[in-house]
Amino acid sequence: MTLTASQPAEMMVSVNKLSFSRASRVIFDDITINIRRGKITAIMGPSGTGKTTLLKLIGGQLRPQTGTINVDGIIVNQLSRQRLFELRQRMGMLFQSGALLTDLSVFENVAFPMREHTQLPESMIHSLVLMKLDAVGLRGAHQLMPSQLSGGMARRVALARAIALDPQIMMYDEPFAGQDPLSMGVLLKLIHVLNNALNLTSIVVTHDIHEAFTIADEVYLISEGKVVEHGSAKQIQTSSSEWVQQFIHGHYDGPVPFHYPAADYRSELFGLAGTKSSAP
Amino acid sequence: MIHLIQTLGHTTLSRLSTLGRACFLLLRLLSAIGSVLYRFRLLVTQLYSVGVLTFLIVVVSGFFIGMVLGLQGYTTLSDFGAESALGQMVGTSLVRELGPVMAALLFAGRAGSALTAEIGLMKATEQLSGMEMMAVDPIKRIIAPRFWAGFFSMPILSLLLSTAGVLGGYLVGVEMLGVDNGIFWSRMQSTIDFKSDVLNGVIKSIVFGFVVTWIAVFEGYDAIPTSEGVGRATTRTVVYSAFAILGLDFILTALMFGDF
Amino acid sequence: MQKHNLTELLVGLFVSAGLIALFFLAMNVSNLRETANPDGYRLVARFNNIGGLKTRSPITISGVKVGRVGSITLDQDSYNALVTLNINPGICVPEESIASILTSGLLGEQYIGLEPGGLDECLADHDEIELTQSAVILEKLISKFLFDKADSQAQ
Repeated sequence: MTLTASQPAEMMVSVNKLSFSRASRVIFDDITINIRRGKITAIMGPSGTGKTTLLKLIGGQLRPQTGTINVDGIIVNQLSRQRLFELRQRMGMLFQSGALLTDLSVFENVAFPMREHTQLPESMIHSLVLMKLDAVGLRGAHQLMPSQLSGGMARRVALARAIALDPQIMMYDEPFAGQDPLSMGVLLKLIHVLNNALNLTSIVVTHDIHEAFTIADEVYLISEGKVVEHGSAKQIQTSSSEWVQQFIHGHYDGPVPFHYPAADYRSELFGLAGTKSSAP
Repeated sequence: MIHLIQTLGHTTLSRLSTLGRACFLLLRLLSAIGSVLYRFRLLVTQLYSVGVLTFLIVVVSGFFIGMVLGLQGYTTLSDFGAESALGQMVGTSLVRELGPVMAALLFAGRAGSALTAEIGLMKATEQLSGMEMMAVDPIKRIIAPRFWAGFFSMPILSLLLSTAGVLGGYLVGVEMLGVDNGIFWSRMQSTIDFKSDVLNGVIKSIVFGFVVTWIAVFEGYDAIPTSEGVGRATTRTVVYSAFAILGLDFILTALMFGDF
Repeated sequence: MQKHNLTELLVGLFVSAGLIALFFLAMNVSNLRETANPDGYRLVARFNNIGGLKTRSPITISGVKVGRVGSITLDQDSYNALVTLNINPGICVPEESIASILTSGLLGEQYIGLEPGGLDECLADHDEIELTQSAVILEKLISKFLFDKADSQAQ
């Protein structure tokens, strides 16, 4: 039984007043994020703010303490396991490490979701797998094992696998992390092309500013469990917030200080019973 | 002092919740038997890696255990002039005790630790998480086949160890030490009862298989997904399995053989 | 596909090996061959003292095993031990046979030895062996010995 909520059809994913804590640490505090259908939305912020956690919440792997997550009219955090599994077949997720099954070949990995969820004959699966691999440019590598792939190639295979069942939503967890400029360029192109060709709604979690601004239609900046800023790439760049400016330009000091809070430098060095000074 | 009590309380509570998680996992594994039998291929692959690959170490160990039993048994029994009871001694020790217990310990060390490491590593490399996001239940697909494979392999391995042991004892006792061939087998046959000895041994090994595989699979699934976490989980599998086997062995032996 | 077939083959071999081991243990290590005898018949016998006799102890005639002890219970009226003897089919235990509890070897494994009686009639299912000889209790033997010795010295 799917539960529908009144939600503008424009929004594919709607996170409403979400709060989530893990082990007494507040990760999200009453945040609201709207992902527009058919567009690429980038979610950015400093490391450790829980961007990956957000994807897990949207995918139903975690449950929030308060608030709702609405995916295409269905409230995710109230679904039974069975329904959740059905919903997930419409979502594709690209993990940071690719998360390919190491004992299966590239071909088998991409075929995996097809074999699990459909009754398609082998010949059809064969063609479909090769088509998906061709879309990411790795059709020639279908016999290789994951251990034989470079990081960038593994990620592309994982992408082929994620789109195997033609999902409606694609979630990318730090797709650009640690990639050389060439792979970066390839991934950027793929995300953009796939979003348009397959009519996807893409959510990209990253902290690579430049790359995100290149492809994102909308950007959310998250820090300390709250949305600091959101809008188009241009709006973010011209934001008046000091924090935003420090973040996107990578200034080493600003609203987020360089020095971790410490006692007075002089007294620590020379062991004098210290007067604390306010200077770093 | 307060600190000590706090630590004790905290440890107890965390152990209890670990046990709770383990029981939840067990429930899901037990209910997955249907889908495991339906995807028989998966079970067969796991039977291979869990059972067949432990075959060699079990048979070789069993053989040596039997030989040592024959040797030590002969030495001790000859003090009482009772060498003719060697067959009976070797057979009963193996079938009732050493077969199930040693096979379980070897299984825990070889197959159990491998299971923990494999599942833990899959968790650490997000393969389990990835499967969940592909709407495939990793418990049904990955973990349950391994659990049931271990459960089915254990009795077979125990029987194989007992058999190898008896043959080893025969080799030493009859061929090397000169116990009479006929007496060796006939005394053994007249004392060992199929139902209360052999089958009880099999029941023991089934219980051991259940517990050891449960521990191995749970530790992997629950491991902290770092290399250190997986390493520690593997160690825990072997240690807890050993405790469980020996403890259960005492209880089962008392239940089965205690009422003489 | 080649790999799959080999795996399946080995698993099949593994399981078969287990079954063979079970069979071996059943036939050559345990006493399974003997217990499959539902066609046998039952006799009862009363003893004053069964000593160390246990259920499943052997029953022999002239040293040849002809059955096993079934159950041992206490008769609350006469305070005798009531022993059920499971005799293999085709064995004739003549009337007026004597059932004695004997010890085999030095390690004291006790069994029932039947001495065939003179009559031609065989005992039937549920009959009782009238003549029995209880187990020899070591303490009584020693005290009897001492008593006899003292007796002969006095004379």
